Amino acid sequence: MTKDQAVEIEPRSKYTPADPETASSPVHETPSEGSPARFTTLSGVPVQPLYTPDDLADFDYRRDLGDPGEYPFTRGIHRTMYRGKLWTMRQFSGFGSPQDTNARLHYLLKQGQTGLSIAFDLPTLMGYDSDHPLAEGEVGKCGVAISSLADMEVLLGGLPLEQVTTSMTINSPAAIIWAMYLVVAEKNGADWKKISGTTQNDILKEYIAQKEYIFPPEPSMRLVVDTITFGAREVPRWNPISISGYHIREAGSTAVQELAFTLRDGMEYVEWVMRAGMDVDEFAPRMSFFFNAHNDLFEEIAKYRAARKVWARVCRERYGAKNPRSWLCRFHTQTAGCSLTAQQPYNNVIRTTIQALAGVLGGTQSLHTNSLDEAWALPTESAVTLALRTQQVIAHESGVPNTVDPLAGSYFVEKLTLETERACWDYIERIDALGGMVAAVEKGFPQREIHEAAYTYQRQLERKEKIIVGVNEFVTDEKRSIDILVIDEAVARHQSEKLAELRRTRDQARVQSALEALRGAAGTDRNLMPHILECVRAYATLGEMCDVLRRVFGTYEEPAFG
Amino acid sequence: MDKRIRVLVAKPGLDGHDRGAKIVARALRDAGMEVIYTGLRQTPEQIARAAVQEDVDAIGISILSGAHNTIVPRICELLRAERMDDVLLLVGGIIPEEDIPALKQAGVTEVFQPGASTQDIVEFIRARVATKTI
Repeated sequence: MTKDQAVEIEPRSKYTPADPETASSPVHETPSEGSPARFTTLSGVPVQPLYTPDDLADFDYRRDLGDPGEYPFTRGIHRTMYRGKLWTMRQFSGFGSPQDTNARLHYLLKQGQTGLSIAFDLPTLMGYDSDHPLAEGEVGKCGVAISSLADMEVLLGGLPLEQVTTSMTINSPAAIIWAMYLVVAEKNGADWKKISGTTQNDILKEYIAQKEYIFPPEPSMRLVVDTITFGAREVPRWNPISISGYHIREAGSTAVQELAFTLRDGMEYVEWVMRAGMDVDEFAPRMSFFFNAHNDLFEEIAKYRAARKVWARVCRERYGAKNPRSWLCRFHTQTAGCSLTAQQPYNNVIRTTIQALAGVLGGTQSLHTNSLDEAWALPTESAVTLALRTQQVIAHESGVPNTVDPLAGSYFVEKLTLETERACWDYIERIDALGGMVAAVEKGFPQREIHEAAYTYQRQLERKEKIIVGVNEFVTDEKRSIDILVIDEAVARHQSEKLAELRRTRDQARVQSALEALRGAAGTDRNLMPHILECVRAYATLGEMCDVLRRVFGTYEEPAFG
Repeated sequence: MDKRIRVLVAKPGLDGHDRGAKIVARALRDAGMEVIYTGLRQTPEQIARAAVQEDVDAIGISILSGAHNTIVPRICELLRAERMDDVLLLVGGIIPEEDIPALKQAGVTEVFQPGASTQDIVEFIRARVATKTI
């Protein structure tokens, strides 16, 4: 339990430090009283006191790293990385009514944000309209309430859809929300071939971690396949899926579990789409990923580097992708919400800075930095501005973007990258042996692994083996010193009134026949996107469409995994 | 103590963040209590019914969706109607401080905020159940 890693000095090392006097002293240092007894990463991976060339004895630059922009892309997907183009600064936002969020999106663009990212409220995520009984108390709380095309029109009002890329965090009803976005673009005269953005649309991590599922796994996977194949043909610059480790990590996984489960989820989607008859190079270039950035700087950087390497190999060797763009693990990063503390909230600014730096040093394509008040509520405008400024300071003042993958060649970072990669392959093999990710999810495998890791970490905190400043050490009894955002219940009333009005004024016959056509198609293996688009154009609501699908597909309840 | 403390751990509302609920459930179990976990997205009615059927000493509600001011008072009301208002009602999750007085007024015994230790929760339940039985 309190085994001291620091006394394990490697007698096998062939490496002789140039100056034994200065080099040997930290190696022999034992932890001072009160410091964490174990030297491990946040995820519990042992860390040596010193890394030397011996740790990279079999290291091969071309095989293990390659130059940036070259297979296996460990050093980054682009040759010039941030010298060519900075990462996209994309703050996840959504709260209250579509008007409220529209104003926040315009504000963020004015502050220099370069992409949009929309958060939906829980009723929307679960496929319920704002006036559904289960939506009571939840409307507009965790994101924006969107029940129909009418709401989406307000949400996107005045935004240049051909110029700005929009990411939407929506999963079970992703096809429907995406269809609403596409119809707004259509009505605004924006060309589907030109618009770009991302729908999260990653249902597997919902069963694994975030638990916002509606339908059982099989029909849910079919919806994902439908959106990927539709996107490849009709909206070629759209990323139809963002395979997400973020929520897996938030649920308490280790860094390796986050990486391995996410990449194995990605493989599952590739296999399903290929089984539906599409060539891997037709859709893999538009698959994107989304990772967490937690507190342990080097562990996170190693994770991103290993992610690119494993994904490149999987796509090229396992799936035979020939287009180099299919090999790229392009990813968004969000700093770790679960690392934010309600206590001493200003400390969160520091945590977020370190995490954001990990994402940048790890070569992320876009970044969300959390706001200091998010352990309490959705962020206020001033808090989200500070979070955006954090990215801008890293981008324009720190000097970090000047050179590509600056940590390459660090004995520690390269060793940790190799170890992370190896541990990731071990998990991938275990999930393969279970019959793939859908089978593993049905057996509760990733869910159990994550719960074990979360419980282990909680016990480490309670024994102070891991320290969280302001929570289990350096505690003060200050009262909260910041203002937080409160969502008015009037939002729910207003949304309900708007829905009632919509249901009164729309062409009811058109709605009914569109919903009926959707029901009919859902029972076949035809692509559902054209039918969903037709329902959306008729102003059928999200809840109505999901009800149709619930009747055909059934709903999912998580079994109790012992 | 010959009778084991029985606790219902419940997750109302639409959010699926069950990390906290499951950790608390396991910590209470490890501390020797009998724990019934409802699973996700339970309505106040389902939670009150389960509390009655399982005859629990305490209920732990975990909610991170921001809907606590709507959902928790309704659970309190239903428990009162079932004459279960002597049951300890603990709430955890993202609960801003300014909401706590009204929740306690409605019948919540204690609110555990982010960062609370499972040991504190175990000890709180043990102490309160012990005073009740005396």
